[in-house]
Amino acid sequence: MMRSSIAVKVRGLTKRFGDFVAVDNIDLSIKKGEIFGFLGPNGAGKSTTIKMLCGLLLPTGGTGTVGGFDIMKQSEEIKKNIGYMSQKFSLYDDLTVEENIHFFSGIYGVTNSRKKERLGWVLEMAGLQDKRKAVTKTLPGGFKQRLALGCAILHEPPIVFLDEPTSGVDPISRRNFWNLINEMSKAEITIFVTTHYMDEADYCNRLALIYRGKVIAEGTPNELKQKYMTRYVLEVEVDKVVEAMEVMYKNGIETAIFGSLLHATVDNMEKAIPRIKNLLEESNIPLNRIERIVPSLEDVFVALIEVS
Amino acid sequence: MKFIRVKAIAKKELIQIWRDPLSLAMAFLMPVMLLFIFGYAITLDVNNLKTVVYDLDKSSLSRELVDSFRASGNFEVVGNIHEQKEIDSYLDSGKAFVVISIPKDFSEKLKTGRDTSLQVIVDGSDSNTATIALGYISAITDMYSQRIKGVRITPLIDPRVRVWYNPELKSRNFIIPGLIAVIMAVITALLTSLTIAREWERGTMEQLISTPVKVPELILGKLIPYFFIGFIDVIFSVLLAVFLFEVPLRGSPLLLMLLSSIFLFGGLSLGILISIVAKSQLVASQISMIATFLPAFLLSGFMYSISNMPKALQIFTLAIPSRYFVTMLKGIFLKGSTLKLLLFETMLLSAFGLFVFAVANKKFRKKVI
Ligand SMILES: Nc1ncnc2c1ncn2[C@@H]1O[C@H](COP(=O)(O)OP(=O)(O)O)[C@@H](O)[C@H]1O
Ligand SMILES: [Mg+2]
Repeated sequence: MMRSSIAVKVRGLTKRFGDFVAVDNIDLSIKKGEIFGFLGPNGAGKSTTIKMLCGLLLPTGGTGTVGGFDIMKQSEEIKKNIGYMSQKFSLYDDLTVEENIHFFSGIYGVTNSRKKERLGWVLEMAGLQDKRKAVTKTLPGGFKQRLALGCAILHEPPIVFLDEPTSGVDPISRRNFWNLINEMSKAEITIFVTTHYMDEADYCNRLALIYRGKVIAEGTPNELKQKYMTRYVLEVEVDKVVEAMEVMYKNGIETAIFGSLLHATVDNMEKAIPRIKNLLEESNIPLNRIERIVPSLEDVFVALIEVS
Repeated sequence: MKFIRVKAIAKKELIQIWRDPLSLAMAFLMPVMLLFIFGYAITLDVNNLKTVVYDLDKSSLSRELVDSFRASGNFEVVGNIHEQKEIDSYLDSGKAFVVISIPKDFSEKLKTGRDTSLQVIVDGSDSNTATIALGYISAITDMYSQRIKGVRITPLIDPRVRVWYNPELKSRNFIIPGLIAVIMAVITALLTSLTIAREWERGTMEQLISTPVKVPELILGKLIPYFFIGFIDVIFSVLLAVFLFEVPLRGSPLLLMLLSSIFLFGGLSLGILISIVAKSQLVASQISMIATFLPAFLLSGFMYSISNMPKALQIFTLAIPSRYFVTMLKGIFLKGSTLKLLLFETMLLSAFGLFVFAVANKKFRKKVI
């Protein structure tokens, strides 16, 4: 057995569908126990990549290992060591919660002594204790997602691949889901997770941004923010939000409403703060607070995609 | 091969069939209904058909012919007519179903050893009965002409009516065992042809093939529930045959079940193979219908005897599993055949099953494309 600290390592991973290059020569290296975020807009090549790593799709080119097993030749060995949750919900809709869990227990060869314990664990993790006899298709999205996660990790695999696990789920369920992922990571499980929600990037230890099949940026969330965000974001707190925004916008300051606050993006912070104060005073809008904040990754990625 | 995985798949499949009324109906109702409907349609015996005779010959020979119609019990002569135009009024009013018209030169031709013909008009509105009546008529005229030293009498049949099924007019005892084979051939392939394709369509296959499950485990797990369903269908069909259609079961019921199991294994494996190749339920069900129904109906020896087929076609029938099953069922039902007598069929049917099962395993790839 390999005792390396690397869970996933690929070089030059490529997938062509006819003439179309869906994944273009990407390199990835993921450490054990890491939450690795794979971000990109729809059609970027996230699912194609994840399927190649899970042994579900044969790469057109490239080399690499997942859990120490060759992605080209040892797909079946890889499948013994991973949990995979596909983008489309793919448990059995016509089975009950419990029947789905029993089924995947059997498929993963979870032995009888562990079976009951794992069933209890999944039900608790997904908050489905009182819904164990419910037919799966009747469950709300958030529950389905957590059940799917539970079924994918019944056998306690060291590496888990999650393909857009939070798409189409309400914000509270999304937060819960990320908490679960965090818990798993603490248990030394490596997590490869894709998402097209840029605001989820901050939950990850490391990130890669994929766009049109190419990785265009990689690093920790902070590294990315520092490296790619050279402008400043100011948070402005006023009572008359809409009026304040109009005034600032008219005077050529990039401004957006964030809840009850305003975010202004500026090049020179020292000049901008007094200017905004002046403008608001002239318009008789009382200013409660103005300060610099750390930009979100969403801003970084929007900027990066515009450049590519 | 892990038993726990095979069991998990078999159990899941069974739950899904059980929850889906359509699957249930297809599994349990369809075979019995098909046997019932086709069994009756093909083998309905008709007696005392109202018949009028238009005898232009009026000889002892023509009277003898009419007598043999009467003696068969299938025809009841309700009258004689003397003019052509009366034919229509009899048929239209429903007073007669069949009109037998004997030409003027009937006996003269027979006596001089020449072939002659007979005009037969049948009410075609009930095509089923008409078909059966025509069968009787040719059988009776055949027998009669054989008595008259091999002179041929051709019944000229009203063109509105065609003998469509059961052209050789085999009796119920011959039809029903073969029919069971045909129906089971179609049902087995149809049942399993949906299972793999359905999982691709619903997206559940993607999850399944990301697990360490092995291909033979998956296929076997899917076969097992349908095997039991098929087994129950065979039992139902045999019961129907014996108690409703009164076909004698002269051989061992145990042997019948054993050989049916071998056939089921092959048929179900074929359905799985089709499902693997097609990946869509619609395509899979259509392929399995065509791949099983036509050969089973036309080339298995059920409708047409294989020995009467052209040599090339005869060789081709060796590749049709229902051919062996038809022989087995007919043999066990009617002749009380033993395993020793059916050894050839048993071996080839087993070989077919194992071959298809192996191909299905080879064709299934644990990849999304
Ligand atoms: N089987 C396939 N055949 C042809 N093109 C495909 C296939 N699968 C995906 N693609 C294309 O590859 C690109 C990347 O798809 P995908 O990996 O699903 O993107 P993402 O998951 O990032 O939304 C898309 O343009 C998609 O249309
Ligand atoms: Mg995707």
